[in-house]
Amino acid sequence: MSAAVQQTVPLPAARRRRAGARVGDTVFGALARAAALLVLVLLGLTALSMLWGGWPAFRTFGWHFFAGTEWDPVTRRFAALVPIYGTLVTSAIAMVIAVPVSFGIAVFLTEVAPRWLAGPVAAAIELLAGVPSIIYGMWGLFVFVPFMADHVDPWIDASLGTLPLIGPLFSGPPLGIGMLTAGIILAIMVVPFVSAVMRDVFALVPPPLRESAFALGATRWEVVRRVVLPYTRTAVVGGIFLGLGRALGETMAVTFVLGNAHDFAISLLAPGNSIAAAIANEFTEADSDIYRQSLIALGFVLFIVTFAVLAVAKLMLLRLARQAGR
Amino acid sequence: MAYSRALHRRRQATNVIGLGVATLATLFGLVWLVWILGTTLYKGAGAIDMRLFTQMTPPPGEDGGLLNAIVGSTVMIVLAVAFGTPVGVMAGTWLAEYAHGRAIAEAIRFINDILLSAPSIVIGLFVYALVVQPSGHFSGWAGAVALAMLLLPVVVRTSDETMRLIPGTLREAALALGAPKWRMVTSVIWPAARTGILTGILLAIARISGETAPLLFTALNNQYWTANPGNPLANLPVVIFQFALSPYDQWHRLAWAGALLMTVLVLMLSVSARAALGRRK
Repeated sequence: MSAAVQQTVPLPAARRRRAGARVGDTVFGALARAAALLVLVLLGLTALSMLWGGWPAFRTFGWHFFAGTEWDPVTRRFAALVPIYGTLVTSAIAMVIAVPVSFGIAVFLTEVAPRWLAGPVAAAIELLAGVPSIIYGMWGLFVFVPFMADHVDPWIDASLGTLPLIGPLFSGPPLGIGMLTAGIILAIMVVPFVSAVMRDVFALVPPPLRESAFALGATRWEVVRRVVLPYTRTAVVGGIFLGLGRALGETMAVTFVLGNAHDFAISLLAPGNSIAAAIANEFTEADSDIYRQSLIALGFVLFIVTFAVLAVAKLMLLRLARQAGR
Repeated sequence: MAYSRALHRRRQATNVIGLGVATLATLFGLVWLVWILGTTLYKGAGAIDMRLFTQMTPPPGEDGGLLNAIVGSTVMIVLAVAFGTPVGVMAGTWLAEYAHGRAIAEAIRFINDILLSAPSIVIGLFVYALVVQPSGHFSGWAGAVALAMLLLPVVVRTSDETMRLIPGTLREAALALGAPKWRMVTSVIWPAARTGILTGILLAIARISGETAPLLFTALNNQYWTANPGNPLANLPVVIFQFALSPYDQWHRLAWAGALLMTVLVLMLSVSARAALGRRK
């Protein structure tokens, strides 16, 4: 065989071809590696450019940037407590609603629904994840805000708003726009992500574990509570963090319904702001360098916080994947 | 242990309540889907006519169409795919074919997954600093770069995953025939992974077609007809954003029409891509 090859292919040609293959391999491999490294570089550059662009704001205002509430383009004094608070509160409202709902959906899909129903229902919930976020914003502004103003806000003001201690959180004029509305819309947006993760990890529970519990006479609910949930706990928390990361950085949906207010308000019914909404609304209109730098500094804060939250999410999900792989 | 009727009944009741609440939660989720899509369909269908595709975006308070926005969006999406997919597929190729469990590959996968969910508005700020500031003006190029950055992680991930599913025997067969590695990748691995990679690109297009935040300070908007990415470029999402927040009824109608167009396109892309992925599994 090898003798035949040597007869038909003259030696120099074969050598040339081998050399060509080496060059081709080197070039192709280097290109592929450069492309892969670009992913790392892009992330690093994003963080660096935010830090660099926002640095003057951090330097000018110091820690007060995170603690003060004045946001005044005229006197050029900027402190970002209101948008930071708004981002945290709207995301918290979103998670309070989205986590139980997503858990319910995952339980329904894995334990309750017959197979013919589970597929279409799961696909429908995933459709929610596909809807562009600006559609949520428009629907929020034109449909959900009036609905909240007419039916929900007055009721909350009259019932929860009169309670001691937590009353101030829920009292205020029924404007419809505000942090509660934004939080609810965020919740709808993250439900498909969180429920998809929960459903996927519930499916990773080894069948013998579930079957053993059923054989001992456990009800379906007890299997979920005592077997499925303990086994998947880290990954479930990972899924929740994934949703939180999405909620923190979401822009268009909340920009429409938050009201873009820079006054600090304790009430969830009052207009507020969020980091992403402030950047989206004001960046192109920023008329001084320090204004723009303050917004970029906010972008840096948002980037670091979401990065940390998403990294935690990913680590927790990896842990279950490794456990299941063993 | 004695059989306890009360305990049995309590456990059954908890079971029924727990699963019942789970079912209600699912209905709760579906109600929003129907409400949101129903509104978009109802308001959008009433506003759609042929002028959308033949006329420019109008000045305030007048009737018009969305032609320049549709063209601008198309130009930027095509450019983003042209920038993003070669890099994404090559990166996926390196992860799947060259990295072989190196720590750096795991790090890249990890970072890539985070980029997948990173706030798109921050990407907009980054591209503003990268392209808009140095060039001195907003442009379609900047918008396309921002969209490409959002498309990249989706393509990297799907192509990496698809290529890793290809059986090792195919690689061995190609190498045993004397093919150099790059020939093996381009003539055996890529064709075998074609469906998966194309599906990933479709998913990525679905994702960037609806993105608004990164375009606000990159492509901006343009009231006039242009398909030249050197200028600020009109695009559907930003037009919808500006028109929806305006006080004019005609602009609202156009915003709903654009919203319906965009939603239908995005959902069709993502549903067909997911269906293709599902079949493969």
